[in-house]
Amino acid sequence: MRSTVIFAAIALAVVALIFAGARFAGNDYIFFAGYTVLQFIVLATAWNILGGYCGYVNFGTAAFFALGAYASVFFHKTYPLPIPVLLVIAAIVSGLVGLGTGYLTLRLRGAFFSIATLALAVVLQTFVVNWSYVGGSRGAYVIRPSDVDILGFHLEYIQYLFLIMALLAAAAVTIARAIEHSKLGYGFATIRDDELAAEASGVPTLRLKLVATTLSGALMGMAGAPFPYYIGYVEPASTFGLGYAVNAIAMPLIGGTTTWIGPLIGSILLGTLQQVVTVTISSEVNLLLVGLLLVAFVIVAPRGLVGLVQPLFQRPGRTWTPPSSTSKDSASASAASSPSTESI
Amino acid sequence: MFESADLLVNALVAGLLLGGFYAAVTAGISISFGILDIVNIAHPGFIIVGSYIAYIVNAHFGLDPILVGILGLPAFYALGALTYQVYYVSFERRGQEALRGLAFFFGLLFITEVVLILVFGVDYRYVSAPYIDMPPISIGFVQLPMRMVVPCVMSLVMLAVLQLFLTRTFLGRAIMAVAQDQLALRLMAADPIKIKRIAFGISIATCALAGAFLIIIQPVEPSIGRDYIGRVFAICVLGGLGSLPGTLIGAMLLGIVESLTATFYGPSWAPAVAFGLLLLTLAVRPAGLLGR
Repeated sequence: MRSTVIFAAIALAVVALIFAGARFAGNDYIFFAGYTVLQFIVLATAWNILGGYCGYVNFGTAAFFALGAYASVFFHKTYPLPIPVLLVIAAIVSGLVGLGTGYLTLRLRGAFFSIATLALAVVLQTFVVNWSYVGGSRGAYVIRPSDVDILGFHLEYIQYLFLIMALLAAAAVTIARAIEHSKLGYGFATIRDDELAAEASGVPTLRLKLVATTLSGALMGMAGAPFPYYIGYVEPASTFGLGYAVNAIAMPLIGGTTTWIGPLIGSILLGTLQQVVTVTISSEVNLLLVGLLLVAFVIVAPRGLVGLVQPLFQRPGRTWTPPSSTSKDSASASAASSPSTESI
Repeated sequence: MFESADLLVNALVAGLLLGGFYAAVTAGISISFGILDIVNIAHPGFIIVGSYIAYIVNAHFGLDPILVGILGLPAFYALGALTYQVYYVSFERRGQEALRGLAFFFGLLFITEVVLILVFGVDYRYVSAPYIDMPPISIGFVQLPMRMVVPCVMSLVMLAVLQLFLTRTFLGRAIMAVAQDQLALRLMAADPIKIKRIAFGISIATCALAGAFLIIIQPVEPSIGRDYIGRVFAICVLGGLGSLPGTLIGAMLLGIVESLTATFYGPSWAPAVAFGLLLLTLAVRPAGLLGR
């Protein structure tokens, strides 16, 4: 608990430092590009709470993200609210949808959850396309104010959005780290390594998985809430785009899924790289790059960058290799191919 | 009243024709996901590749798309066998198919889509064949567009051949055996990996034909594959995993429900139908209609 407070303080200091640095540079583009990278930190960290810690793959990042974004569009049209309030609303809406999806599918084999999340994205997209109040398939314009006064400071709006996203990223990483070192985190790890054995030893697996989906969904929704104000124009095809899902999966897998630092490293590296490629080459090439990196990393470096670097920092006596994560889907298949994984 | 009955029957017939085509699209997933337990979400990506090959050959040499599909079978079989080999060595052998295997196929799906966009752009592509432009045959007030009838009939033929192969031949039975007990198969001195490679090759080979059917039925652009992810898994789960007759029934059901939705509520709602059906099946009867 104390270490979490210290960590949160450090995270806040880093946010303050980055914000001051970006302001000092005096270029608005830094805020625009930085916002995207920060948004990916939140999405990747949120994905990793379910995907990395519990081992359940969520393909519906875009669904939760867009849910948050469209909640904001809805309130922008009905009754404009300040962004912090919108964040809370998005968290509730996306969290509930996460809970519902989890409840329907998490009692089944893991693959069904993944397929259902893909399904969720299309169902929600169809609803939004047919809901003309939030713009339908034509999209909706959200005009953002040019500046904002907060706590006596006068900020340009993009700087305000950047600050909010930076705080959200700090919060997400702090939460992820806190989970990792808590009873909850150990519970998640047992689910990832051998769900059957965990269940047999009295771990309330379904409840833990529902906590993970809700938390993960809520964070993704929060990442989406300021998005309409950032982009100015929201339409279903791009807001529900596969790009978010691929990035949210690629970043933790490239960074490393078992610790909070993996998604952080992955999203900073990949997010920055994408900004550079989008500007210098094209956004299609940028997506291709993410796809290729994802496939290359899962094949060549299954434990991500963290897994590549970690051995260098460990003393020889302390090396500990996790047992290869047993597939919960096909215990019989892995039993035939690698008997050692069935050691429990 | 008569007019709406007319509309209803036509929607039902269109749904059945569509369902036959959906069965061909899903047959491959029924083998890979249903029998082999490989969650190949890149399957629609392979189908779109099949469509583009049919398009290229048709545009340059004027060959019939279905003929192109049949000629493409060996190439797609080899592609599938290769994919399985990579998948096996990288994930299945290490027991990591749950998380990284899924991410691998997701990456493949994404890569095929982006490469197709880079090469062909996002324009809709279509093929030409005599039966596509033919006026629909009318039986009473029922309209039968040949553009739908030909793919549907060919799908049924393909499904019948696959079913005969799986139930009557030695190799087919070996594939079914892999699904039941891999260890026992090994004790019978058969190599389950080799059999799974063959089966996965066959599942991808169906994409050559399914892709050709797809581009006959509708114009194709790279990102269209995404709509089919939900459909194929919905059908596969609805019909019961690993059962081809179940797949056919599930496909027909989905085709009818989608066609009715499109007719009475508007086509923009149709994509949600498959997914709604999938979620419903998972919640109510996860084993499917003809599940084991």
